[in-house]
Amino acid sequence: MIHGEVSEFGIILLFLIGGIFFVAFGLLTARLIRPKRPNIEKLTTYESGEDPLGTAWSQFNTRFYIIALVFILFEVELVFLFPWATVYADQELMELTGGKWGMIALVEMVAFVIILALGLVYLWVKGFLNWERPMPTGKQYYSPIPKIAYSKFIKRRK
Amino acid sequence: MSDMITIAFYLFAGLSIISGIFMIFTKNILYAAFALMFCFLSLAGIYVLLGADFVAITQLLVYVGGVLVLLIFGVMLTVRVEGKSLQTGSHLKWGGALIGILWIGILVQLILQVDWTAVMTDQPIEASVNSIGKLLLSKYVIVFELAGLLLLIGLVGAAYIAGAKIRTK
Repeated sequence: MIHGEVSEFGIILLFLIGGIFFVAFGLLTARLIRPKRPNIEKLTTYESGEDPLGTAWSQFNTRFYIIALVFILFEVELVFLFPWATVYADQELMELTGGKWGMIALVEMVAFVIILALGLVYLWVKGFLNWERPMPTGKQYYSPIPKIAYSKFIKRRK
Repeated sequence: MSDMITIAFYLFAGLSIISGIFMIFTKNILYAAFALMFCFLSLAGIYVLLGADFVAITQLLVYVGGVLVLLIFGVMLTVRVEGKSLQTGSHLKWGGALIGILWIGILVQLILQVDWTAVMTDQPIEASVNSIGKLLLSKYVIVFELAGLLLLIGLVGAAYIAGAKIRTK
C-alpha cells in the first residue's frame, strides 16, 4: 500500500492524464471539423512569410554540448538539494540538538555548493562559457575618395 | 486503491516495454531518442509505484531532463549529409540476441528463486526523501561531500574533453 506523500503522485498522474486528454481532444476535434484541401503552397513550412531554403536540420554550435554537460552536473547537485531542503529545518531534530542541526545542515550544504561553484569558476575562467559571436565575413569597402570630398559635395547640393 | 495501483503499474510497464521496443527497431535516431524519453518517464512512474519517490524525481530530473537533452544535442551536433534524416542500422544481431536471451534467462531464474510471499508486507510505504535527507546530513555526510567532489571532477573533466576543439582556437 502507498500512503502519505507518495500518494500525492496520484495527483501528478491525474494532471498528466488530463494534459494528454486535453491536447488529444483539441487536435482530434480540429481534425474532424476543419476542411482539408492541401496544396503545395499550404504544405510548405511557414516562417514569417519567407520561402524556406534548405533543411531544418543544421549543425548546432558545439558550445551547446558543453552547456548541456554543465547543466546536467548542476542538475545532479540540485537533486541532492531536494532531500536537504525537506530536513534542514526539521522541528524534531532542531529541538533534540538545541538548534545546532540547522547550522550543521547549512554548513554541510554550503560546503557542497561551494565545491561545485569552484567548477563553475574554473569553466568561467578558462572561457568554456564564452559564446563565440559570428564575425561578419566579406571585405570591408574602403572608398578611394576622401571623406572631405563627400561633405563638400553634400554642401554644394544644399 | 490497490487495484488502481495494479492498473497503473501495468500501464507504465507496458508503456516502457513498447517504447523500448520501438526505440530499438526504429531507424530514425531522433524517434529513438523520443521513445527513450517515454521509456524513462514510464520507469519513473514504476519507481513511484514502488515507493521510491526520490529515485523517481531523480529519474525525471536527471534522465528525462538532462541526459536526454544531451543525447538529442549529440544527434544535432553530429556532422551529417544535409537534408537526410539520420539513419541507424543494426550490427551484431546474433551476438546481441544471445546476450539478451542469456540476460532474460538470468532474470527469470532470479524471479523464480525469490520467495515473493515473504517479501510482501502490509507496511505502508512512506515518502523516502525525508529519511534520505536526514541520513545524508548525518551518517553519510562524508560520502555526501565526496559526491560533491566527484561532481566537480566530472564537471572539469567533461568540459576539458568536450572543449578540446574550442581550446585550440
